Amino acid sequence: MQHHKKSAKQAVIENYAALVRRVTPKSKVGQGCLRSFWVGGAICVLGQAIADFGINYLGLTASSASTFASMSLVFITALLTGIGIFDRIARYAGAGTVVPISGFANAMVSPAMEFKPEGWVLGTGARMFTIAGPVLVYGIASSVIVGILYYFIQW
Amino acid sequence: MPQHRQGKQTIIFQNAPSIISSAAVVGPKEGRGPHGNGFDLVLDDPLFQQESYEQAEHTIFQEACTRCIEKTGMQKEAVQAMLGGDLLNQIMAASLSARELSIPFLGLYGACSTMAESLLLGSILVDGGYASPVICAAGSHFCTAERQYRFPLEYGNQRTPAAQWTVTGAGACLLAENTKGIAHITSATIGRVVDLGIRDPNNMGAAMAPAAADTLIAHFKDTNTAPKDYDKIITGDLGLVGSGILKELMDKNHLSLFEQKYMDCGLCIFDPADDVHAGGSGCGCSASLLSAYILPQLSSGKWKKVLFMATGALLSTTTSQQGETIPGVAHAVILEGG
Repeated sequence: MQHHKKSAKQAVIENYAALVRRVTPKSKVGQGCLRSFWVGGAICVLGQAIADFGINYLGLTASSASTFASMSLVFITALLTGIGIFDRIARYAGAGTVVPISGFANAMVSPAMEFKPEGWVLGTGARMFTIAGPVLVYGIASSVIVGILYYFIQW
Repeated sequence: MPQHRQGKQTIIFQNAPSIISSAAVVGPKEGRGPHGNGFDLVLDDPLFQQESYEQAEHTIFQEACTRCIEKTGMQKEAVQAMLGGDLLNQIMAASLSARELSIPFLGLYGACSTMAESLLLGSILVDGGYASPVICAAGSHFCTAERQYRFPLEYGNQRTPAAQWTVTGAGACLLAENTKGIAHITSATIGRVVDLGIRDPNNMGAAMAPAAADTLIAHFKDTNTAPKDYDKIITGDLGLVGSGILKELMDKNHLSLFEQKYMDCGLCIFDPADDVHAGGSGCGCSASLLSAYILPQLSSGKWKKVLFMATGALLSTTTSQQGETIPGVAHAVILEGG
């Protein structure tokens, strides 16, 4: 009896989930992919151009040139976030701005700005990592694991 | 059975308290919407010359209350009770406004159903002879809701098509004993909390629609009425998805004419071209539109009898992250002209 009653409730929930799926508009996946592809690609081209500029005109080595490119992209993103433009670009581009280093910079700067009214320590300082924190934790943790594996299995 | 009760969930107000005044203050995006002219004050800046958006939300709330009282020529000291709430944690916008206005205060939290909840409880106070006049108010702010429930404002993310845009605004109504006013509150139906297992906090319309249907069906049954008996049946902020679902649920219950009478505040507060996806939400949505659009239709006689039902998604970020489903609630009040 108890089991029967439970399954009737489950059926109501499943029927409702089907109705919700039918009524809820879908994200435009094709359009989203195209936009993120061209914007993300453009950001990478820009990064490459900055690195080439560093190598050809500033006399940087290949590895410092790529650091220089990352720093420049982080700076540009932080500036665009600060003047309130980045979120509009991201609304258009989606993963195109999230996946490159621009996404990381925006994830740090936006909470730093947002929580400033709560003070420099408990606001900006403490909440700056609310979005980027998990990326750091799991990014660093997985790099440690990969590093250990690499030590034993040289490929 | 208590003498003012009819059916399972409905209260009948014997003396039909009057709404004698109302006011609404909204942000710029709401001001650009189709009912922009109806608001008492449209802000140029969502910060409203304050230091933080929380302060702005409180100031908007307080401004709506002050204007509502001032319109009657009354002093705020004459108001005997204030009932209201908002979406901030610990309903701070309402509490800070009550501090400034120093009117005896009962804080309410019904998420986006707060305006109907405050009218319902305010009517009980007035009808029972416990207080009059009573001010009922609700408000919300896009910028505070985003940081509390979602992401920082400048964070670059995309909203899902079902996501709704929290209204920056507040609405207030002053209730008094039955007199010539804008409208009378003749009955009200207290909603049950209904949860059909929606977990997606970006689809609150879907979370609230079953509660809306439950309250509507209870109201029609308790009062032995049908959609044809109302000039308008208005929900608070179901948005595109929630109102689509509600229409289907009403259809299943053979409530004919529902669709012709139906309107959702969330679907008509913004200009659809203004990037709002599934429409408006927040306590301020139904509260501000009640004052700016619904009450004027009643006072002009264009509508005679309206069912006003604000809908709330009772979620917190904590329970939502813990995987809890989103319960919904909806309360209805019946507004009649004159």
